[in-house]
Amino acid sequence: MTTSNGALLRVDDLVLHFRTARGVVRAVDGVHFELRHQEAVVVLGESGCGKSSLARAILRLLPRNVQTYSGKVVLDGSDLMTLDEEAFRRNVRWVRLSLVPQSALASLNPVLKVGDQVAEPMQVHFNLDRKEALAQARQMFQHVGVPADFMERYAFELSGGMRQRVAIAMSLVTAPAVIVLDEPTSALDVLTQANIMNMLKRLKHTLETSFILITHDIATSSELADRVAVMYAGQIVEVSDAARFFSAPLHPYSQKLMASVPRLRGAAEPDFIAGRPPSLFDLPSGCRFAPRCPHRFARCAEEPPVVKHGGRQVKCWLHV
Amino acid sequence: MVDDMRARALDPAATAAPEALLSIRDLHVWFELRRWGFGRAGYVRAVDGVSFDLRQGEAVAVVGESGCGKSSLMRTLLGLHRPTRGAVIFAGHDLARLSPARMKWYRAQVGFVQQDPFGALPPFMTVARILEEPLIVNGVKDRAERQARIHRALEEVRLSPVDDFLHKFPHMLSGGQQQRLVIARAVILGPRLIVADEPVSMLDASVRVEILRLLRGLQESHNLAVIYITHDLSTVRYFSERLFVMYAGRLVERAGVEALLREPRHPYTRALLAATSDPDAKNAAVFREVPPGEPPSLLRPPPGCRFHPRCAQAIQGLCAVDDPPDFEPAPAHFAKCWLNR
Repeated sequence: MTTSNGALLRVDDLVLHFRTARGVVRAVDGVHFELRHQEAVVVLGESGCGKSSLARAILRLLPRNVQTYSGKVVLDGSDLMTLDEEAFRRNVRWVRLSLVPQSALASLNPVLKVGDQVAEPMQVHFNLDRKEALAQARQMFQHVGVPADFMERYAFELSGGMRQRVAIAMSLVTAPAVIVLDEPTSALDVLTQANIMNMLKRLKHTLETSFILITHDIATSSELADRVAVMYAGQIVEVSDAARFFSAPLHPYSQKLMASVPRLRGAAEPDFIAGRPPSLFDLPSGCRFAPRCPHRFARCAEEPPVVKHGGRQVKCWLHV
Repeated sequence: MVDDMRARALDPAATAAPEALLSIRDLHVWFELRRWGFGRAGYVRAVDGVSFDLRQGEAVAVVGESGCGKSSLMRTLLGLHRPTRGAVIFAGHDLARLSPARMKWYRAQVGFVQQDPFGALPPFMTVARILEEPLIVNGVKDRAERQARIHRALEEVRLSPVDDFLHKFPHMLSGGQQQRLVIARAVILGPRLIVADEPVSMLDASVRVEILRLLRGLQESHNLAVIYITHDLSTVRYFSERLFVMYAGRLVERAGVEALLREPRHPYTRALLAATSDPDAKNAAVFREVPPGEPPSLLRPPPGCRFHPRCAQAIQGLCAVDDPPDFEPAPAHFAKCWLNR
């Protein structure tokens, strides 16, 4: 484990491009960010910005049509990109890094009891026998707040919230250093959502887990975020600590995005962002947000650099 | 049993408030669960005693979690389910008594905006064809008039320049544009009522407000009545004047939006409000209060108040026994909760 202020996971110039009939999709296009020990970083973005591809790129869960896959993913000081697939599967995926996929129902096997599914990673990765693995799974069920007798059930017998908890238990059972959660609450009801967020907050402290939470839901993301990374058209345009992000975001896109959130408390009228994000097939040169940006000026035709100050980073000419 | 329930009801059209466009009277929508094809396992009481009136030009929001019966309520309003008991009265006509020809008239009076725009649009039809279909079905014979109305509808939802969109297929549009097309289809026949089922929940944050504003604008300019069904309390105040909170088949609280958000009277409403976050870094430091358990089964709902097994303020010997009626703790603010007696 690294020191408390050093990076646990560092993503450096990560690129993931796909080859399709219509051309190359630049889904992840030079992404940089860091995750510290016991920290939750929220990757915030709208549909099609490449945030789910970023999750796949970090966990190396790649489809067949990959055009380019490069950059660095450094976990605890070692670059995972240098590992071959077998070493990655054996020692990293689900051992050090795990994923809670977008749809809990789709990620659970319909014909296996959920208890066995949570136990399985322990059997596969740590050679436990079934009995020992089930004992570990039982403990995990307790952590995520699912009664132990639910281990005997099948996925269809559980409510949406319970399924999500089981999916989280499945990713936690091997005690990984980092869990990537892809839209963990977007399909859930308000009260269930609040329950899951409460549970994640608790797990962060009791299990000392670090989270990468990928979501489009700005309000809910503030329940867990220590830091926020905003993704737009394949790139991260801002990384700020939560306190400063939610009160004063730096990038014009972050500002517009925050202004578009309807609020329950406070009377501010929300606004929308005119236009639409660029196609990942055909990205504009220069700043990718420039065509929709109210502060656009001549310089924006050139690619903006990543500016770092005061522990924040922003990819925008206004802050140079 | 179902039939004599229907027979017992008096002529409901006579009891509707005269100024109401839509009047829901003690509506029950139950679904029979059969066992082995013969026996009856019971009824799923999806809607269990819902009443409200809606004036021309008024927007109301119905908020509830999945499984609370809001979709069954909506489908009954659209004429897709028959009420088990009670009635839906539109402009003085009881829906259950409309002839098939009048039902077609009713469907033209009610526009429907679906939750998932892509799923609601036929993938093999162009924009022009999608909008022409309802006009053809409803007997607009003149081709030029159809074209003119398609143009007008597209301009109203700001899919312009219109000619750029007419020959596109749904997959060529962005999510926001698809939802505009769904809205154009819902208004093209000049309805008096729009039922919008979670119209923005599938859209990105940055376009949600744009779609809500569009709906609001159409509602005002055409003096439409709108029923906005959602699970998201944070959008209701920008859209509707009144808010109904639905729980386990019933409207447990009904009030003006501002009054309800400022001073909720039902513990379930309070729980929903407490669980809804606004973007704020302070949220990460606290746990949200959530009532224990899950909504009850609609097959065997608990006796008394349906929220009592989860309610911290339940009154011993009352809430678990007697069904709370509609109390009116403030003018035009109704809550089905004994705390307001």
